[in-house]
Amino acid sequence: MQSYLEYLDQHGSRFLDGTLITIQQTIIAGLLAIAISLVVGLMKLSSHKVIRWPAIGYIEFFRGTSLLVQLYWIFFVLPLFGITFEKFTAGFIAVGLNLGAYGAELVRGSIQSVPRGQYEAALALNMSPYKRMKRIIFPQALLIMLPPWGNLLIELLKGTALVSLIAVADLMFEAKQINGSTFLSAESFGTALIIYYLMARLVISPAMRAFEKYWAKKMGRFANHA
Amino acid sequence: MLEWKWAYSLEILPRLLSAAVNTLIAAGIGYLIALVVGLVFALLQRTGVRPVTFIVREIVEFIRSTPLVVQIFFVFYVGPQFGIRLSPWASGMIAIGLHYASYLSEVYRAGLDNVPKGQWEACKALNLNPVKTYFRIIIPQAIPPSLPAMGNYLISIFKDTPMLSVIGVAELVHTATTIGTETYRYVEPYTLVGLIFLAISLPAAFGLRRFEAWVARYFGMTK
Amino acid sequence: MNEPDFPIKLESGAPMVRFAKVRKSYGELTVLDDLDFDVQKNEIVSIIGPSGSGKTTVLRMLMTLEQIDHGVIYVDGEPLTHMGKNGKLVRANNRYVRSMRSKIGMVFQHFNLFPHMTALQNCMEAPVQVLGMSKQEASDRSEELLQMVGLEDKIHQHPARLSGGQQQRVAIARALAMRPEILLFDEVTSALDPEVIGEVLGVIRQLAAEHNLTMIMVTHQMGFAREISDRVCFFYDGKIEEQGSPTKLFDNPENERTRQFLSAVLDAG
Repeated sequence: MQSYLEYLDQHGSRFLDGTLITIQQTIIAGLLAIAISLVVGLMKLSSHKVIRWPAIGYIEFFRGTSLLVQLYWIFFVLPLFGITFEKFTAGFIAVGLNLGAYGAELVRGSIQSVPRGQYEAALALNMSPYKRMKRIIFPQALLIMLPPWGNLLIELLKGTALVSLIAVADLMFEAKQINGSTFLSAESFGTALIIYYLMARLVISPAMRAFEKYWAKKMGRFANHA
Repeated sequence: MLEWKWAYSLEILPRLLSAAVNTLIAAGIGYLIALVVGLVFALLQRTGVRPVTFIVREIVEFIRSTPLVVQIFFVFYVGPQFGIRLSPWASGMIAIGLHYASYLSEVYRAGLDNVPKGQWEACKALNLNPVKTYFRIIIPQAIPPSLPAMGNYLISIFKDTPMLSVIGVAELVHTATTIGTETYRYVEPYTLVGLIFLAISLPAAFGLRRFEAWVARYFGMTK
Repeated sequence: MNEPDFPIKLESGAPMVRFAKVRKSYGELTVLDDLDFDVQKNEIVSIIGPSGSGKTTVLRMLMTLEQIDHGVIYVDGEPLTHMGKNGKLVRANNRYVRSMRSKIGMVFQHFNLFPHMTALQNCMEAPVQVLGMSKQEASDRSEELLQMVGLEDKIHQHPARLSGGQQQRVAIARALAMRPEILLFDEVTSALDPEVIGEVLGVIRQLAAEHNLTMIMVTHQMGFAREISDRVCFFYDGKIEEQGSPTKLFDNPENERTRQFLSAVLDAG
């Protein structure tokens, strides 16, 4: 215990630096994923093939391959096409694009599970398609999709650990570096695991649950989670 | 600037395909571990012994909310620190198996919870002992509805195997990287790896959807 | 827990089932209130009463699906919920309960057949797995029982392919396959379509005629209760409000609540 405290004292600031990078990656990739989910999820619901098919292609491609492969491809191969990203940027783009594909399916699924009568009622009131979605369908769909979004954001946080493999100095990267110089593997990777766990359990989960509760209340329903 | 070299692609393809076999083996072994350990996790959470339930629940939560790649490093490097040396394959299989065991335990848990209460009562009324109740009556009913989710995790585990490259398991991504460093060409290896992944996971996902429909038809009937 | 006021064993000639001061509550709600209730060997007893009166709880306790809070239940003179240890009554352990449970069978409102097994497999399961009967013997006996309930042509069907009435008849055969001495029927026709109730009642009637089984049934079928019961008990608020022969209870109820209940259900029926 004593020695672990010394270890933390010595390397704590590096863990902190790494954690900050991980948080940045998570937030930026998260925003990207949410934006992509909304656009691609709605596109997949379109009745026009021209709009629907690119969405299907996007979802199937990013869910069909590995995040790590996508990351390497964006970082190592795209530059050869003249598209070069700085490693930090390549990191959140890969994570955001990948999780966005999963998010798009959540958006689509939850919109489809809003009872059809709601859509018909909005139509009968002569609301425009945009108004129907924004005022009637989406608010109800959001209530359905929030719990799985909580899980997806934890997956996203976990996904950001891979950006260390293209040398972004995130939490995982720092843990590996410290391990390399101290050979205290249990301490190095163990500390990283605990920090990841705390971020997932004490930040993402409670925040999402609070948002769920808020939204359920706003929708006039009681939050229903076990 | 960029050109795709067909001859080079053809030259490295056999190496990548044999690495793909390693990837499939890794996914298969990892999945088998996950299936068994996941069931153990799920059953331990139902023992009714409070501390056991609590501890297993926390372990599952912990494994599920932390990155697999860190867990792989952890398992690989922590052993030697205490004098246990595990091969990359062994540590990789342990890490990925445990990671997915935590997911599968949730699938089993949901499946077990969904078996109607009346089934338990009928077992009691017929005096079946707890082991027989689980293995002959409850688990056979819990599995079919869980099959689609279980299949999804098989595909997920397959897509997560590239993480094993970080400790030197010669699966697809590791092999592609090796080829890349040997030849200074990354376009073909990484692109081919992506295509191989698509070539396996898209048909698998399609097959799974067919299987799901079959399960619904076949087992829906006996419900 | 010690139950000093209760004997460890009842004297010979004791009833088949005895509830002695049995109490059960869920939080604030008292379901059974110091219930005393005896059933003689081979007696057929119907339990009627409004919902929430505790009548189903009686059966579920006898089947050990529910714990009791206070009191003792005896089956065939031996305690069911408790066991004797060093001259005292203590809560029964699992092993003891399992040995006692073999005397009792139950047919449920919602059948609770095993959906992944055929009618025959449903009946064979417990005899083979619990009693250790050979598969051949269990199969022969199960076929016989399925024939008795009129389902000889359905023995290889899964429950989902059977009507509600057929499923309930399989459930009766399954319970009988364990050769219980006491058979409990918990609203066995409540989940059935009206047109198939008759076939299930027919099977029970046949069992009743043989009169070599103690039967306790919770039912809403007043006509049927009257027809086959030796005794009818009217439950109200966790107590037996009135009991007696069917003719007495249905034709000359003494209790005001019994009269109200009967006139309500008979009008509705």
